[in-house]
Amino acid sequence: MKKPSIFGRLLMALVFIFLYAPIAVLIVFSFNSSKSRTVWTGFTFDWYLKLFQDTTIMNSLYVTLLVSLLAAVIATVAGTIAAVGIYNMKRSHRNAVLALNNIPVINADIITGVSMSLLFISAASVLAKLSLAFSQLLGVNINLSFSLGFGTLLIAHITFNVPYVILSVLPKLRQLDNNLFEAAQDLGATWWQAFYKVIIPEIRPGIVNGLIIAFTMSIDDFVISYFTAGRVQTLSMTIYAMTKKRITPEINALSTLLFTAVLLMLIIINIRQASQEKKLRKTRIRSTGIIKYSKI
Amino acid sequence: MRRRYIAAIPHVVWMAVFVVVPLILVVFYAFTSATGGLTLENFRNMGSYMSVFARSLWLAFLATIICLLIGYPLSYVLSKEGPGMQRIFIMLIMLPMWINFLLRTYAWMSILENTGLINRLLTSLGIFDLINRIFNTNITYIPMINTQGAVVLGMVYNYLPFMVLPIYSVIVKIDSSLIEAAQDLGAGSMTVFKRIIFPLSLPGVLSGITMVFVPAVSTFIISKLLGGGTSILLGDLIEMQFLGNAYNPHLGSAISLIMMIIIMICMFVMNRFGEGEEQAVIM
Repeated sequence: MKKPSIFGRLLMALVFIFLYAPIAVLIVFSFNSSKSRTVWTGFTFDWYLKLFQDTTIMNSLYVTLLVSLLAAVIATVAGTIAAVGIYNMKRSHRNAVLALNNIPVINADIITGVSMSLLFISAASVLAKLSLAFSQLLGVNINLSFSLGFGTLLIAHITFNVPYVILSVLPKLRQLDNNLFEAAQDLGATWWQAFYKVIIPEIRPGIVNGLIIAFTMSIDDFVISYFTAGRVQTLSMTIYAMTKKRITPEINALSTLLFTAVLLMLIIINIRQASQEKKLRKTRIRSTGIIKYSKI
Repeated sequence: MRRRYIAAIPHVVWMAVFVVVPLILVVFYAFTSATGGLTLENFRNMGSYMSVFARSLWLAFLATIICLLIGYPLSYVLSKEGPGMQRIFIMLIMLPMWINFLLRTYAWMSILENTGLINRLLTSLGIFDLINRIFNTNITYIPMINTQGAVVLGMVYNYLPFMVLPIYSVIVKIDSSLIEAAQDLGAGSMTVFKRIIFPLSLPGVLSGITMVFVPAVSTFIISKLLGGGTSILLGDLIEMQFLGNAYNPHLGSAISLIMMIIIMICMFVMNRFGEGEEQAVIM
């Protein structure tokens, strides 16, 4: 293939400037000594120190991390089990379930959020009526109702995460050799042992990928959380509340820290991948050698 | 052992309860009033929001086209880089997505404001003085924030990766022997692009278009932050009915229902279009 033209390089440069200009602004103004977000008044680390004392930000960061972690882990387990089930379905059933699975992926976030908040609010009001009726009937105070909060937020996150896990595990199941599972059982493994020791290691890349996607989706989500979290605030919701007045540079400091962490993580992953690929290339050469040998 | 499909049943039940039932509730709310009776009132009021519908569709359309015009050449150029460079560039395209999108959009406010970074830069370069002297005007800034242009810019900024990634992943998978075969048979680079690369990359283009259009048509943050409330969109309208001052979930559901129908029509058209093209490629 030809080398990229000057035009191509210029386009790439412009797009990357466009993508990173606002991020550069965010990072630079996290070190600004005044609260202004357009005038540079001097260098300081103060916002980084204040950040850790700000209980609103720290609480919402905690909620975000907790809900993302829980939702990602639960969705990964549930999604992997569901993917195994879907893989073993009849074609017509499988297509129907996959269509159902795709609804939250394709649908606009705002509709997913709004529709779930309708469900939660309706369920809460039905339960409130029921508990009132029961209380009068039995003469004791029963309250089965709930209000929107961490629980509904978690349910919403699990619901929009599971489809992504399934979509990343299913292709790995398709690549799987069907005989492996039966071979394991022929050799005396129970169903569970065969699943745990043979299937899971084979589809692990898909599972890990699903976990990462789910965690990213959860951490980045604003719209669905906004409609389902009630009084609980995720980080995005705190930032949204601040945009109505003015965002403190503490948030800039926090996002600079997060950005640096992600950048480091990606660099490490990339270096590892590159070295693994090198290894793979070597083993591939070796294995083709073996195949040639066995043919002889 | 053939009954392993039962592993999917909890998932189906969960999705039915938390995805299908909520959508049925949206339809139910759309056709009822606060007093409980069936009504079409919510849709009759829709006429007054025609301008919002038109604006949302138009701005989302513009953003999608611009994303395509930037994203396609970019993906194409990226696919010609070496494997190491490709990995780094793709990482660089995904990296901004890790910063909260509210913050990235907010940062654009600092850049575009009347006293923002661009206007400050132009002032300090003496551009405004120059213009004022030549045309005998008295401008001190270029209005950029709180315009529809700013909203489109915000959409393009936030959703460009959704266009680049699917197109790129399709283009890199194109079998290079096809291109070489075409060249051997005498095709110029334009012909190769028109007859081979573009038709084969079409599935990526189509999924890129839907991945940009759907969030763009339903956004309510970008219009709020960069449009400054001057240009409310469908998303803002829905948000107002559920969490805002104009609390009316019935009207909100009706608007959501119409938005869903718009999205479904969009998906349907894209699918039809895609199928036809794939057949053409096979023939």
